[in-house]
Amino acid sequence: MSKYFIRMGDGYFAEFTEAEIRQDLEDGTVDAAERGSIPPLSEDELQQLFEICTAPNKFVSVERGNELVLTFDAGTLKIPRLGVQMGRSQVVQLHEKAFGADTMELAHIDYSFKPIKAIVHEEQAEIQSALLNTVLPLFYGAMPNLGLYTKPDGPVENPAELLPKGKIAEARAAQEEAIEHAVKDMVYVASKMYEAGADGINFDTVGASGDADFLATLKAVEILKKKYPDMCIELGMAGEFVLGMHGDLYYDGVRLAGLYPHEQVKIAEKAGATIFGSVVNTNSSMSFTWNLARAITFSKTSVEHASIPVHANVGMGVGGIPVSETPAIDAVSRVSKAMAEVGKLDGL
Amino acid sequence: MGMAITHALASGMGGIRTSGDLVARMQMSRGMRINDAKEYVAGKLGVSVIDLSNEIVMEEVREDLNIGKIRTLHQNAKGIEAKFRIAKLLEIEINCVNRFKRLTEG
Repeated sequence: MSKYFIRMGDGYFAEFTEAEIRQDLEDGTVDAAERGSIPPLSEDELQQLFEICTAPNKFVSVERGNELVLTFDAGTLKIPRLGVQMGRSQVVQLHEKAFGADTMELAHIDYSFKPIKAIVHEEQAEIQSALLNTVLPLFYGAMPNLGLYTKPDGPVENPAELLPKGKIAEARAAQEEAIEHAVKDMVYVASKMYEAGADGINFDTVGASGDADFLATLKAVEILKKKYPDMCIELGMAGEFVLGMHGDLYYDGVRLAGLYPHEQVKIAEKAGATIFGSVVNTNSSMSFTWNLARAITFSKTSVEHASIPVHANVGMGVGGIPVSETPAIDAVSRVSKAMAEVGKLDGL
Repeated sequence: MGMAITHALASGMGGIRTSGDLVARMQMSRGMRINDAKEYVAGKLGVSVIDLSNEIVMEEVREDLNIGKIRTLHQNAKGIEAKFRIAKLLEIEINCVNRFKRLTEG
């Protein structure tokens, strides 16, 4: 019986038989379908994934004509974060000239709207310089990061400390207060960067602090779209499921806690987002095939529900990519191909 | 960075090597889905959709239309110069181009 080397969700290889791979694909899509109350992948789609996963090539790619658009969360952080000393404008140029990037994002190393508020004028100067020298569309990106508004870093009480004490009402009030602060900071920074010439604003890891984080971003997007109707806004999520840290927050009558990607995208659209970034978490204890089938099931349904372009997040530990700081090329290229050809994404 | 480059090679449009920046601009400015954006750009460039990711064809098209390319000589539009031409070609508003005009005219 032939065996295949398939990675686990933590990146390590394990041996699988054909039957085991097919079972994991089936279990992965069923898991997503049950959690999200969405349809599982068809037999044909599972067969496509099987062929992608078991292709003998180390690197796989889409068929000609099936390419999609790439956007980059935390774009200019990636090179300096490796310890390579390079200015951010040069990082944008490097992506444009050498890395085949379709778009790029300028970002500050302290990647949240709150700390950027104090240095926004320097950020404006940096993006103005980058925009003069490059052709590709350039986003400015940061995270809503509601956690920064809690004591001792911020002005409001910490819900994570209040909740274990049973102070539910106080924890909710603190989050509601944090929303107001975060909305002001996001609107302020995004306005400044757009007025400096940015092609778009990327709200990255939305919902990282739960439903209040998501609501703050939706409110900011709504205000920005009224203020600048032509502004491109990408709203990318932090996880597949909106955590109910508050539990009783609504947008346009829809309860935010517990929403999955295909529901999140409809809310993002209503607020005025131009592009939605869907996220599906990788389970490091399960196989790559299980994770991929699960990620494609959620992502494909998001695309089908959306009226705006959907760019799946496919960085380390999301979208079926194994959890690793040095993601394996064979796994990354398989996710890339599967997202384009089975998930029918508009971008990654 | 292995990840960004891997995605670019496995499924990306190719950026300014081909037409990736142009297709992205249609998603960003008009909210077009991927196939609509490709068809729109192909129509404006006068090429087939399949050639949008063909470096050899697109290098010539970008040279002829002077809309920026990987290696630029003195006669080629670069940076913001190329974006002025892209805005006109695709009939879209480009924020930094409009800002440039506001600050240099009148």
